[in-house]
Amino acid sequence: MAIDSLILGAGQEVGKSCVVVTINGKRIMFDCGMHMGYLDHRRYPDFSLISKSGDFDNALTCVIITHFHLDHVGALPYFTEVCGYRGPIYMTYPTKALAPLMLEDYRKVMVDRRGEEEQFSSDHIAECMKKVIAVDLKQTVQVDNDLQIRAYYAGHVLGAAMFHAKVGDTEMVYTGDYNMTPDRHLGAAQIDRLRLDLLITESTYATTIRDSKYGREREFLKVVHKCVSGGGKVLIPTFALGRAQELCILLDDYWERMNLKVPIYFSAGLTIQANMYYKMLISWTSQKIKETYSTHNAFDFKNVHDFERSLMDAPGPCVLFATPGMLSGGFSLEVFKHWAPSERNLVTLPGYCVAGTVGHKLMSGKPTKIDLDKDTQIDVRCQIHQLAFSPHTDAKGIMDLVKFLSPKHVILVHGEKPKMVSLKERIHSELGIMCYDPANNDTVSIPSTHYVKAGASDTFIQGCSNPNFKFYRNSAGDSDLNDKNFMQDVQVKDERVIEGVIVKEKSQKAKVVHQDELLVMLGENRHELQFAYCCPVQIIDLKEMKSTYLNSRNSMLCLSENFSWLQVLQWRLSDEIPEGNIQSYGEHLQIESFHVSLCLKDSCPYRVQDNHQNRMKSMFFCCIWSAPDEKLARKILSIMEKLNLSKI
Amino acid sequence: MKFTCLSKGGGFHFPPCHMLNFCGFRILFDCPVDLSALTIFSPVPTGFDSFPDEESCDFEFVTEKRQKVEKPLGANSLIRAEPWYKTVKSLHLWNISQIDVILISSPMGMLGLPFLTRMKGFSSKVYVTEASARLGQLMMDDLVSMHVEFRQFYGCEDSGFPQWLRHEELELLPPELREVVLGKDGTELGGWMPLYSAADVKDCMQKSHKLKYAEEVYYNGILAIKAFSSGLEIGSCNWIINAPKRDIVYISSSTFVSAHAMTFNYCALQGINTIIYSDFSSLRVMGDVEDENNYFPQTADKLSSLSSQELAESSLNMDEHLEEREKLGFICSCALECVKAGGSVLVPTNRLGTLLQLLEQISALLESSAMEVSIYIISSVADELLAFLNVIPEWLCKQRQERLFSGEQLFAHVELIRRKKLHVVPAVHSSKLLTNWQEPCIVFSPHWTMRFGPVVHLLRRWCGNPNSLLILEDGFDPKLALLPFEPIAMKVLQCVFPSGLKLQKVEPLIKTLLPKIVLFPEDLKPQISLSNAKSFSVFHYTEDDTLHVPCQKDSSVFEIATDLASQFHWKKLMQENFNISRLKGELSIDHGKYHLLVGKEQGSSSKHSSLLHWGSPDVQKLLAALSKMGINGSLEQGISDTESETVHVVHVQDYKGLIKVGTRSTVISAADESLASLIFEAVDSVLDGI
Repeated sequence: MAIDSLILGAGQEVGKSCVVVTINGKRIMFDCGMHMGYLDHRRYPDFSLISKSGDFDNALTCVIITHFHLDHVGALPYFTEVCGYRGPIYMTYPTKALAPLMLEDYRKVMVDRRGEEEQFSSDHIAECMKKVIAVDLKQTVQVDNDLQIRAYYAGHVLGAAMFHAKVGDTEMVYTGDYNMTPDRHLGAAQIDRLRLDLLITESTYATTIRDSKYGREREFLKVVHKCVSGGGKVLIPTFALGRAQELCILLDDYWERMNLKVPIYFSAGLTIQANMYYKMLISWTSQKIKETYSTHNAFDFKNVHDFERSLMDAPGPCVLFATPGMLSGGFSLEVFKHWAPSERNLVTLPGYCVAGTVGHKLMSGKPTKIDLDKDTQIDVRCQIHQLAFSPHTDAKGIMDLVKFLSPKHVILVHGEKPKMVSLKERIHSELGIMCYDPANNDTVSIPSTHYVKAGASDTFIQGCSNPNFKFYRNSAGDSDLNDKNFMQDVQVKDERVIEGVIVKEKSQKAKVVHQDELLVMLGENRHELQFAYCCPVQIIDLKEMKSTYLNSRNSMLCLSENFSWLQVLQWRLSDEIPEGNIQSYGEHLQIESFHVSLCLKDSCPYRVQDNHQNRMKSMFFCCIWSAPDEKLARKILSIMEKLNLSKI
Repeated sequence: MKFTCLSKGGGFHFPPCHMLNFCGFRILFDCPVDLSALTIFSPVPTGFDSFPDEESCDFEFVTEKRQKVEKPLGANSLIRAEPWYKTVKSLHLWNISQIDVILISSPMGMLGLPFLTRMKGFSSKVYVTEASARLGQLMMDDLVSMHVEFRQFYGCEDSGFPQWLRHEELELLPPELREVVLGKDGTELGGWMPLYSAADVKDCMQKSHKLKYAEEVYYNGILAIKAFSSGLEIGSCNWIINAPKRDIVYISSSTFVSAHAMTFNYCALQGINTIIYSDFSSLRVMGDVEDENNYFPQTADKLSSLSSQELAESSLNMDEHLEEREKLGFICSCALECVKAGGSVLVPTNRLGTLLQLLEQISALLESSAMEVSIYIISSVADELLAFLNVIPEWLCKQRQERLFSGEQLFAHVELIRRKKLHVVPAVHSSKLLTNWQEPCIVFSPHWTMRFGPVVHLLRRWCGNPNSLLILEDGFDPKLALLPFEPIAMKVLQCVFPSGLKLQKVEPLIKTLLPKIVLFPEDLKPQISLSNAKSFSVFHYTEDDTLHVPCQKDSSVFEIATDLASQFHWKKLMQENFNISRLKGELSIDHGKYHLLVGKEQGSSSKHSSLLHWGSPDVQKLLAALSKMGINGSLEQGISDTESETVHVVHVQDYKGLIKVGTRSTVISAADESLASLIFEAVDSVLDGI
């Protein structure tokens, strides 16, 4: 069995995320995004690769959308309403609530402002959203008898989720976009330790390591404050959802603290309405915001007002949030045209702008003139500040997640090719995990896990459920350890290495039993198979040896001569094999199954007859052991044969 | 599996409580408190309503007086002391430290939890849905803050055994009250406990593990536990427990119809082996409740059996829905009449569903009839509660969720508060209330027992006004509850709200779920006979009795990784159709399954010699096997051991080695290691072994 991942979008690029994964016959489409940089057929994933005939209902088991960004959900209305997919679609509650806002906003920009032919209508969006099944975090959803999916918190935007999918014994995670560090309004991504065959992760910042967030926030507040105190206007182009709320929390809080009266505006009713969604979905935000919502909902902004078009050329400072985010058109671009020529004004740009947008042009170099189209040219004299905080994880975060999940294979998507290649190599060399960075329309095939099922007897299970603690002493530490260090140097592990017997009776299910149960099952008696050897050990000057020995331990009571010989042997053996656990039972010693006692018989059957040693100076020790300890036994025997019990 | 019903509970506010012994784990379902028992206490007297005949009396004198005159039950018979709370008595017979898991199915089932968590030795894992946990916490906080009234009035008790619980005192109580204290059979005295503190509640919340909707958690790696909505209340749930040997579904009181909480998800419970049906609510048919003015006749139960397909969308559901709406409509119209006549309406309810719906419907009705009447919610936790209700779309019914998706507030109260139609205040004496207070008005306020909370003050104010209206829940005796407020002139309306499955839906539900075993309350046997069902077996349980349920699966399932399985050295046995192989691997118990994986230190060594042998070797075959290896062996004749066992001795390679072959054991002796192992191989080949 195998897992096939068909990359329909975001392969070695950012935009139109869409991966179709086939696991044991189940086919899941993760995300159904659009590319903001293209206006032709390339803006949508090539759906014909899923099904030539266009019968998507049979070709796909379900569609899963990770979050409401257009590059993850933008093509969904097109796919359901125009291409005709009618199967189940899953997304989290916030995504289901907020995605239609994003889609509608995009549709308006396309149709009303750019005058394009619409790809889907408002009705299409509404119809499409009706088909969506909303899920809660960690909710275990049984899509059908075999496919089980579960959402985990991804922290990227409100409601963003990583999705875990399981078919039979095969498990995988598709991360969507995620953030491993908490921000102003969202928590960090969280996931359980899973046994994954495949992890498909985003890699926007495949090579970037970011420093603390607070420094970057301070910097942002500083430039904004400086601009408004100089009487300038601040334009913050953002998407209506996500970054707008984060920056707004930041600014609202700062305005309170600094007692600033400069107005903060939201461009359209859209963001105000979006704030209401945020208020209802507060349980999806960060811990801090969640804890305080009943006294003050963080999305009730005190200093924020609606923006009127007439205010665009009004004198005096202000801060304006306007959509869309990358100055790709719409209202934010319109305001930009008005405000860009003044050097007192400030424009902030998001951390990432898609190629082809005005935002992207502003980011690359320091242009003084921007050509909007062949007739319009804007003088850019205003200050430009690039926001250095992004809701994507950095390279460390990706590595941490991959290491934590330790999947068998990793596929990188949603990134830039050269950076992905270097991350791919890092994952392979540092973590030893197979990693791929397929291009669009490529398919990656990896093997899937499968378990063989067998019944297990109660006795066996009980034997398994006892913890098997093992204590390890770190040998690397210094020899003169104080108590505190000693504690650190002892490691406790619960290693459940189990042994048993698997039995397959004809035409019956295999069953695992304890080996003691096997004989009962078969109705047989055990046949003990042992090794024996009567081993000669040289002795010299018995008296001297004995007295020294007794002197050294004069408190010990010697019961018999034989007994002391055995003790001497024990003492010597423990010198030679320090790792062996030698136990004394008076008449015999035992090391594992190796059993040794003094042999006083004249002719022991286990004594090898043609032994030509000097018998006068030899004692015989009769040894018996069972097969598993053969190696140990031979080692002990060879030690014993070399021993000379005269020396102490 | 052993199942013990500790308490069958009593209605919405006092859910049942059960103990389950399963897979070696002890699981407690719910930990409720019987708050209706609070009615034996007198509410705190106030200035304008004091006890006229006993103002100056000390306690001794009062009891003396009672002794003399066998008075009928009256306001004076109520116990005047700081109340204790009645928990499930049988629960205290169990060793708390030995409970492994506690599953809380509803906010009401959580109210007794701090009594356990504050005990020494408590170590159980508590699972509760996040919504239940939050609502339960608010209810407990409210309980603690309302209880403060008593503390302030009676002073701090000398921490000992309270006077009223002494035997002599109990003897003097009227029989009605004594029955509440001691129970019908006089055994329930041990269940009484002094209330927990705010710190206990906090500690209890910290010890509870909160679950998302249908989140799967694993206890000890092996019990997989999942919660699905039951429809009764926001956050209330039914449990699925998967273990290697048995799957169990625990059905708490559930309803198909809910106007606020996410409805009963019975589809998720389908195909589970064992059902524990714990809903006793259909027992409580509305009986002889004598209301002062109004009375709700219950619609005749249609006992027709339903086919399973009809279950969810059945006409009965529609009926139920309609019935509920009519009921609420009736209450609202009564309330409207009342305020029109200049009276006020008092709704002492703790049922969120009722509160939220009445709030929405009454305010809509007032608006449509152009009445300007203030609505108040007075409770120490009302603010937090209402804020919380608007941020948990995940636990609400479909209609409410639709409001989220269309960008509306989940409940109307947000808008009502904004428009100042609804005033939410923490207490009757809060300044916000005093400055806003306008009568007539409609007040929602705890507590439904009418022994503490803001309701006591308002009831004293309005009980003499025949124009006022009191709307009560079911599930308790209104006579006893209203005793301290006698004589009552105000109208009283007691309504039954759904607190579980309707009788006629139980059987079709269980049939739909396709179980193999059903644990069912004996008490419901006369009404619902499941015994004629063929597809599953029924075990009836009674309170305080342990039910043993035989195991069905005889073995647990082990999942062996394919790479490990490919390392098996299968060996065909001589005797029968057995194939066996030794198995060694690293065990991991997670996600409710036993996985066997290739261990870290485990090499795939090609050759395994057997470690366990059985049968007895044939000496001739052994000799043949030896000579095949090029080893000569000679049999020494006629040696017999002491244990009447025939022993053959084989000398090998001219006395370099020796084999002592018995029926039960064989000993190989050779000085040379390689010779010894060759002999071992030969013996191994003539024996069965693994």
